[in-house]
Amino acid sequence: MTIEAPEREAARVAFYNDPKVRSVVYQVALTAIVLLLAYMAISNMFENLRRANIATGLGFWENTAGFDISQTLIEYSSSASTYGRAFWVGLLNTLLVAVLGIFFTTILGFAIGIARLSSNWLLAKFATGYVETIRNIPLLLQLLFWYNAVLKALPDLRDSVTFGGVFLNNRGLFMPEPIAKPGLTIVLMTLGTGIIGAVAYRIWARRRQMETGKQAPVLWVSLALVVGLPLVVFAAAGFPLEFDYPEKGRFNIRGGVEIIPEFVALLVGLVVYTAAFIAEVVRAGILSVSRGQTEAAYSLGLRPQPTLRLIVIPQAMRVIIPPLTSQYLNLVKNSSLAVAIGYPDLVQIFTGTVLNQTGQAVEVVAITMAVYLTISLATSLAMNIYNSRMSLAER
Amino acid sequence: MTMAEGDLAVTRVRFIQRTPIAPQPPPAATTGAIGWLRGNLFSSPLNIVLTILILALLGWIAHAMIQFLITDASWTGIDREACTNTPQRPDVGACWPFVWERASYFIYGSYPIPERWRVDVFFALLAVGVVWLLWLEAPRRDLGSFYFFIVMPVLSFILLTGMESIGLRHVDTNLWGGMLVTIVVASVGIVASLPIGILLALGRRSQMPIVKTFSVMFIEFVRGVPLVTVLFMASVMLPLFVPEHLSPDKLLRALIGIALFASAYMAEVVRAGLAAIPKGQYEGAMAVGLGYWQMMRLIILPQALKITIPNIVNTYIGLFKDTTLVYIVGIFDLLRTIEVARIDPKWAAPTVSSTGYAVAAIFYFIFCYGMSRYARATEARLAQAEKR
Repeated sequence: MTIEAPEREAARVAFYNDPKVRSVVYQVALTAIVLLLAYMAISNMFENLRRANIATGLGFWENTAGFDISQTLIEYSSSASTYGRAFWVGLLNTLLVAVLGIFFTTILGFAIGIARLSSNWLLAKFATGYVETIRNIPLLLQLLFWYNAVLKALPDLRDSVTFGGVFLNNRGLFMPEPIAKPGLTIVLMTLGTGIIGAVAYRIWARRRQMETGKQAPVLWVSLALVVGLPLVVFAAAGFPLEFDYPEKGRFNIRGGVEIIPEFVALLVGLVVYTAAFIAEVVRAGILSVSRGQTEAAYSLGLRPQPTLRLIVIPQAMRVIIPPLTSQYLNLVKNSSLAVAIGYPDLVQIFTGTVLNQTGQAVEVVAITMAVYLTISLATSLAMNIYNSRMSLAER
Repeated sequence: MTMAEGDLAVTRVRFIQRTPIAPQPPPAATTGAIGWLRGNLFSSPLNIVLTILILALLGWIAHAMIQFLITDASWTGIDREACTNTPQRPDVGACWPFVWERASYFIYGSYPIPERWRVDVFFALLAVGVVWLLWLEAPRRDLGSFYFFIVMPVLSFILLTGMESIGLRHVDTNLWGGMLVTIVVASVGIVASLPIGILLALGRRSQMPIVKTFSVMFIEFVRGVPLVTVLFMASVMLPLFVPEHLSPDKLLRALIGIALFASAYMAEVVRAGLAAIPKGQYEGAMAVGLGYWQMMRLIILPQALKITIPNIVNTYIGLFKDTTLVYIVGIFDLLRTIEVARIDPKWAAPTVSSTGYAVAAIFYFIFCYGMSRYARATEARLAQAEKR
């Protein structure tokens, strides 16, 4: 007797239970909903704008702005400049505070992160206290504190703090402005040459050390090239630099460079706040390098300082750099809080003043967001490339 | 040849220790308080200098704080007179009467006085929810999340905005303010961001290309722009997108902005948790015949969310601090009530600003530090479970 295999048929499921069909249906439905919402939003928007008599499009870009900006890095005047010009002024102000902020917060953050790991108990606890306090208080509150409670509490113009041509009062910090005289160009060119020379010397010294093991006095040669040489030329050219000292009048201060208190408050606030986060990143990075690495370096005869420089930090940096970059991005994004204390950054000028004057909310907010989005996406792209190049080669 | 006594070296030994010597105490300088001080504070010249500098700095900070907050502070009074510098008191510290007088404004904003009990009940409801969720020995914890994510929001909404049919007068959100608004914004963010964030995270890991694209676009877009611009978008663009009569009120707009912003960050946190679950869990779930949602609800999410609790709480800390940004779009949160109160001419005195900011700082610090302690304790508890 033979056993006949029963007729096997592929298990049929109803078409509405087929995962492929379902996935197509879901996606079509989702697309339809999103498109419908977008359509409704856009048609409502045109309807609302038409009723409110608000223009659309980017025509306002070429219109005269007509408002003053308290800090401008490029030529700008309220009567002649356009909204487009105001945009660039704001963007440059944002970038200025971002670049300076990143520079200082890196230094402070690394110092505190390393201090948290110090063998000195008091120093480590002090750094921990700093991190815990600063991280748990909102940045906006800190900015308002620096601006309203610290800088606005400085003496007024009449009682300005004065030291050597520098005035400090509640309107800002007034410093002598350096003015170039003919001959300074040569000094600057010497400085440039010195920097290039120092870099070239360093590359040469490094290559020689790799080949022969001989070390070269890189630090001293670099200092001579970058600082010494330009100084000599500077003296030889007869000190071609003079200063425009600020002068205190009855109601204002004329001349010199003015640093507005809004800028200082924003910079200090951002640096102090971001440093607390960077400290944690640095600490985690250093702790991620296993103790065996340090011990191996010691047993090879390296002293603590070269061990840190040659063994621990290069390995820690691999862990530190990605989160460090995202902290830098946070700093750039947080600089938009400038609007709360009146520092003329992109958000304050654009989504503040320009939005109020033109009423073109959609265009203005979209442009502002596009700027930040570009910065963020460009940084993420660079980070992805960095990560793929730095990732450990797995055996 | 006979061996004479003394030929062997061993015989010259005069004394052999036969019993172990009792261990000597370590040198006094390396143990106890002195040893600790030497090891941890004065181990090298640099450390000695650092220790002294930090002691001086700490002393100065403590002295300044005590002076400002307590000894030089003004404790009683009815207006600016109490805190103005006079020849007798040249440097007045904190201006506490200002805080006493404005305390109810800082807590309730302009919420109508006869209705303020409703805010108190809301705080109590919230406290019950938080304790129920966080206290591990609480009874019926399964009901806790149902209460926290569904019952409490509905009850609070009815309670705070009012419902004429049960005799609760309508209170416009324009009148809300102070800690009430801060806590409402934070709780709405907390309650809304987790479910939306989970959906977005699942969408980002989905096999369906369109679902994935939408999720990635939303998450990356929101994470790439500052919260301030999201709030501006919510407050000036949102009203344009809906028909005029449906235009949401100011607070609701800010709440939508905050909720969307927080969900994008939450999505990334949850995604990291999902990625940490081994593939075998997914395959096992599918092998026993679970569908997608069953698999997620019963197998994957419970594990993924458990390991992400510390990160979720950290996101909540960020969210709680970010609620201050609604100040910029004109909502009367705690920070704005302090700003309004401190520029009131009635209390125009030099230290009023600092006093107000100190109160706000303490408020935010207590909440954020509390949450971060909780996150750390949870982390330790979960690590213990892994250790077995």
